[in-house]
Amino acid sequence: MSEPSRTHASLLPSVAAVLAGAVYMVFFLAGESQMVVFGLLVGAVLALAAFKHWRVLDAVGQSARDHQGPFSIVVVAAVAAVCLYFYDDAFVLFLLGTVLVYVLTCLGLNIQFGFVGVMNFAGASFFGVGCYTAAVLTKHTALPHLLIIVLGGLLAALLGFVILIPVLKTRGHYAALVTIAFALLFKTFLEVNDTLGGPQGLKAAGLNLFGWDVGRDIAIGDFEGSFYLGYIAVILLLAILGFIMARRMEDSWIGLNMDAVRLDETVSACFGQSIPRWKITAFTIGNFYCGVAGAFYAMMLGYIAPTNFTFGDSLILLSIVILGGLGSLWGTVVATGIVIIIPEKFQVLQEYRFLLFSALVIAILLFRPQGLLPRPLRGYRTLKSLPGKS
Amino acid sequence: MQNPLLSISNLGKKFGGVTALVDLDLAVPRNRIFGLIGPNGSGKTTFFNVVTGIYPATSGTVVFEKEDITRFSPQKVYRAGVARTFQRSRLLLPLSILDNITLGDHSQLENGLFFNLFRRRALAAQYRQLLDKSRDLITIFDPGLADRIFEPVVNLPMISRRRIEICRALISNPKLLLLDEPSAGMTHEETHRLIDDILQIKDKIADLTIIIIEHEMSVMERITDHCAVLNFGQKICEGTYQQVAADPEVQKAYLGVD
Repeated sequence: MSEPSRTHASLLPSVAAVLAGAVYMVFFLAGESQMVVFGLLVGAVLALAAFKHWRVLDAVGQSARDHQGPFSIVVVAAVAAVCLYFYDDAFVLFLLGTVLVYVLTCLGLNIQFGFVGVMNFAGASFFGVGCYTAAVLTKHTALPHLLIIVLGGLLAALLGFVILIPVLKTRGHYAALVTIAFALLFKTFLEVNDTLGGPQGLKAAGLNLFGWDVGRDIAIGDFEGSFYLGYIAVILLLAILGFIMARRMEDSWIGLNMDAVRLDETVSACFGQSIPRWKITAFTIGNFYCGVAGAFYAMMLGYIAPTNFTFGDSLILLSIVILGGLGSLWGTVVATGIVIIIPEKFQVLQEYRFLLFSALVIAILLFRPQGLLPRPLRGYRTLKSLPGKS
Repeated sequence: MQNPLLSISNLGKKFGGVTALVDLDLAVPRNRIFGLIGPNGSGKTTFFNVVTGIYPATSGTVVFEKEDITRFSPQKVYRAGVARTFQRSRLLLPLSILDNITLGDHSQLENGLFFNLFRRRALAAQYRQLLDKSRDLITIFDPGLADRIFEPVVNLPMISRRRIEICRALISNPKLLLLDEPSAGMTHEETHRLIDDILQIKDKIADLTIIIIEHEMSVMERITDHCAVLNFGQKICEGTYQQVAADPEVQKAYLGVD
């Protein structure tokens, strides 16, 4: 109705792309020698360049945009399939679980940075608030763990709310400065606070959902899988939920209002927008995402220490958002995979992690400032498919 | 004047030591097109910014519909029924035409978090309404733009951008529309097409008052019912276009003294 000139693209190219990606992931994650992994990486870059040249990528993108629902289901199925392939490989499963945790975190940061334009340099700190909430509450209370995860998110959201209020009336990057201060303060606070374990950190109990001890290996009939499969199932659900909510936010008046505040505060004010309201909404929701991811991560990892929540970690989170594309939800998913998995597979690179990411971010800003998967124009696609009710 | 829509009395605005507006008195009659003329830097745009609450007034009062709006924030001025366009067209360039027009109707939209995230069907209904409303409005100006409503405005020529900006201001059915130099950056011919548009909407919408700032004198002559001339923040003359154009003070302000 709205785009009469263009015919609907077929679902096929995007499904083929997801399948190819899944097969590639299996080989990449299973690769033992550094040479094989390196070869696969170079191969992927060359293949992508060739596909771009032959306009295959355009076709894939069009097909994915035209069939958002089915495409998303195929992606989730592919992720699940890859995880099941590595059913007893604890290292790979933990890595995949970590990727999903960071997907959720970076979706939150993308709501803040990509939608409303507030740069949060304390992403890892708000993540840490969730971690410590989970560690303390699982140890000292008998609250249901699902509730603890939500509380982790709420506490991070509340803290963010409190530190943002004083700078709401200012323009420019004062909010970013405040988050930098908070990030530095948070780590120092943890290190000197003995109740929270000081530099050694705290133990966190494993996740237990309604009597299901997620930390126990899975045995169904002849099938025996690592307990990480259970954790992955939970975080996959959380990430999907987070993604759907972020997408709904984007395809609504809220997304429009946030875009307007980011692009031009004066115009927004002249058309009745309350600028502090949208900034605080995005900031709070984004930190809620971080806190939820953190609380889950503490339970999956089993222990937490202040070194996980440094300023540098926050910068990595932000670089994921920039790499994927500001405001681009799928971009965040892809970029998280790249940034988390590659250094884990290249032990040699571990030490040069920051150097490489800095170079990558500079390269992206120079050559492709809109990110790997640029954010598409708001088309209200998720609304169009809904039946009318007036 | 009987029951003016907007009355300004003793309005003053200073930026530090610079005086932008001095003791300005104006009464803008209802349902007319009111022109604001003056050389560069005479305070015309400052006047718009003070009325819309972007700058606080240093002294004096702004009364709109018998309500004192002098201390109102831009948000409250908009809700009272004043909409504007900007001198340097300020559209949200990366967004679509639809998004840009919809933004103008902010006060009519449901902006609650719960509504937007969970009552998706009701939101979809509101979206369809807005889509139709925006299409109808932009069709008055240019039916071609209605077909391209999902395209980003960044690719469009200046006249289309101005038209979209006017639609954005009109969609909330304001009582007062402030047009800040709509001809800026356009050719002579484009300007006259835009003026035809403005006259056309003025015909269609009965209860609409327009204040227009313009340098193009042929435009002022064609569309205004009444004009005021500013110079160095002061009103130096008021009347019909013919009256102000013949005024020696005005000629002096524009051409300089001797």
